[in-house]
Amino acid sequence: MAKVNEIDTRTWPQVDFAKIRDQFPVLASTVRGKPLAYLDNAATTQKPWAVIDRMREFDSREYATVRRGAYRFAEQATEEFEKVRGKVALFLGAGSAKEIVFTSGATMGVNLVAGSWGRKFIGQGDEIILSNLEHHANILPWQMLAQEKGAVIKVIPVNDAGELDMEEFDRLLTDRTRLVAVTHVANSIGTINPVRTICAKARAAGAVTLVDGAQAAPHMKIDVRQIGCDFYVLSAHKMYAPSGLGVLYGRKEVLEQTPPFLTGGDMIERVTFEKSTFAPPPHRFEAGTPATTQVIGLGAAIDYLDSVGMEHIERQEKKLLDYATELVSRIESVDIVGNARDKAAIISFTLADAHPHDVATILDSEGIAVRAGHHCAQPTMDRFCVPATTRASFSFYNTFEEVERLAEGIKQATELFRG
Amino acid sequence: MSDINELYKRSIFDHNRNPRNFHAMENASHSCDGYNPLCGDKVHIYVRLDGSDTVEDVSFTGSGCAIFKASASFMTSAIKGMTQVQARETVSKFLDMVTGSSDPEPEDKSMGKLSIFQGVREFPSRVKCATLAWHALTCALDKSTDGEKASSATPDSEARKDVVSTE
Ligand SMILES: Cc1ncc(COP(=O)(O)O)c(C=O)c1O
Repeated sequence: MAKVNEIDTRTWPQVDFAKIRDQFPVLASTVRGKPLAYLDNAATTQKPWAVIDRMREFDSREYATVRRGAYRFAEQATEEFEKVRGKVALFLGAGSAKEIVFTSGATMGVNLVAGSWGRKFIGQGDEIILSNLEHHANILPWQMLAQEKGAVIKVIPVNDAGELDMEEFDRLLTDRTRLVAVTHVANSIGTINPVRTICAKARAAGAVTLVDGAQAAPHMKIDVRQIGCDFYVLSAHKMYAPSGLGVLYGRKEVLEQTPPFLTGGDMIERVTFEKSTFAPPPHRFEAGTPATTQVIGLGAAIDYLDSVGMEHIERQEKKLLDYATELVSRIESVDIVGNARDKAAIISFTLADAHPHDVATILDSEGIAVRAGHHCAQPTMDRFCVPATTRASFSFYNTFEEVERLAEGIKQATELFRG
Repeated sequence: MSDINELYKRSIFDHNRNPRNFHAMENASHSCDGYNPLCGDKVHIYVRLDGSDTVEDVSFTGSGCAIFKASASFMTSAIKGMTQVQARETVSKFLDMVTGSSDPEPEDKSMGKLSIFQGVREFPSRVKCATLAWHALTCALDKSTDGEKASSATPDSEARKDVVSTE
């Protein structure tokens, strides 16, 4: 299977990012009479016409049940559906499409691994290592499992810049460690974690690894084999595709040992009332009729991202981040939470005089959409002793002008609240 | 900016910076916590009812956004001296006003200064900030300080307790 990252992107034409906005219809919206500046991309992303059109076309001309139709029309739909599995495998650098499981989202991906692999392989006194930068979706399934099994959760601490303390990780990793589950990119403060090093060390210690890629997959080139993880989860709606769909990558050897999670139609070899045998991966993990049109949409999103080029996306978002960091950090009384050297295009901040929620409302009145709150990462907020932050998260379709509007809006908030 | 000026009236900034009745109370007869997990706003309401069921004193502690803090501050100022029945009536009028479930009659002056919170209804994501302290007040009145619910708790007090702890 040809790997996408073997393509030499230097030969690609430069991308005109100003034109790219026209490909995302939502970005032309207005809110409260102001043009929408959509800076909540870490929560969910907007869809390009390529995705919207492909789903519409599929629904209007090609839709049928997949993997169970005895007629040509359904076989064609199945072929389109399964093609996407191949695309996802290439997109993530997986060795085979059989390692790609469709889920309902990153949350379901982690729950699946905890509820099936975890239930089977984690026992009394075993240790699970998480980091202090996790989304609740990569904490709670492990906490439930640990409570059920009498396992122990250990947490990699974070330094003041928002980076993982890798020396402490070395100390936490023991022969009792069964699993290391860390996020690739922290949704709350943007830190990019050294997942390759973490996975290599974990594997050397005999532990299985899960990387939460929900915030990474849309913004950088992912190669799960280079990362060396056993599991990788992501959400389609954070990568310009529809919600209600996610991907779980599982390394073949690990996935084969993993028992089913949800059971039902379409994931079996043979069912009798006495005993049933289950299909091999990936179908073993896809009980019931899947999110068919959404999968087709994900395929279109991957084609779209490939056409722009992940390297170009990464570079453009870095520029946006640098510009935003420069403008926002210059504002008096702003405190940026998380200043990791390796950082995705996410700025989380607090103001001395205004609560994050008030700041978000002031920005909203200027048409700027940001998130305020704990970002489903309360342990991270606790680490930085803040109840909440305001968070602006960028995509390559954002503009430098939007960054300036953000900075202006924050200034306005500081002035209003300083009084 | 026009909407935003409707929401953030001058006195909201004032009460945010200098909240009234912002302290713990040692001899409270009623108290309750309120928490909004969405934005981390936290409040603890203290009430002291006297023998004739009048709010002799009311105060709060906690942390959160300006809308929350100003709302708690205005609330404590407004209900001090009211009977429990009047206080509960004010709560329900206030909730109706900010959720927009009923418009205050133009000639109804009973909301007094509290009417500055009317603009909140234009910002649905902020309604919970404005109502947190009020739900906590109801919760406090529904139970005594030892945590036991008063026998006079209204039939929907369970639902309200839910609001206080989960929204
Ligand atoms: C890092 C991270 N992990 C997991 C999730 C959960 O994703 P979903 O809600 O799509 O299942 C999110 C989404 O906010 C996230 O940012």
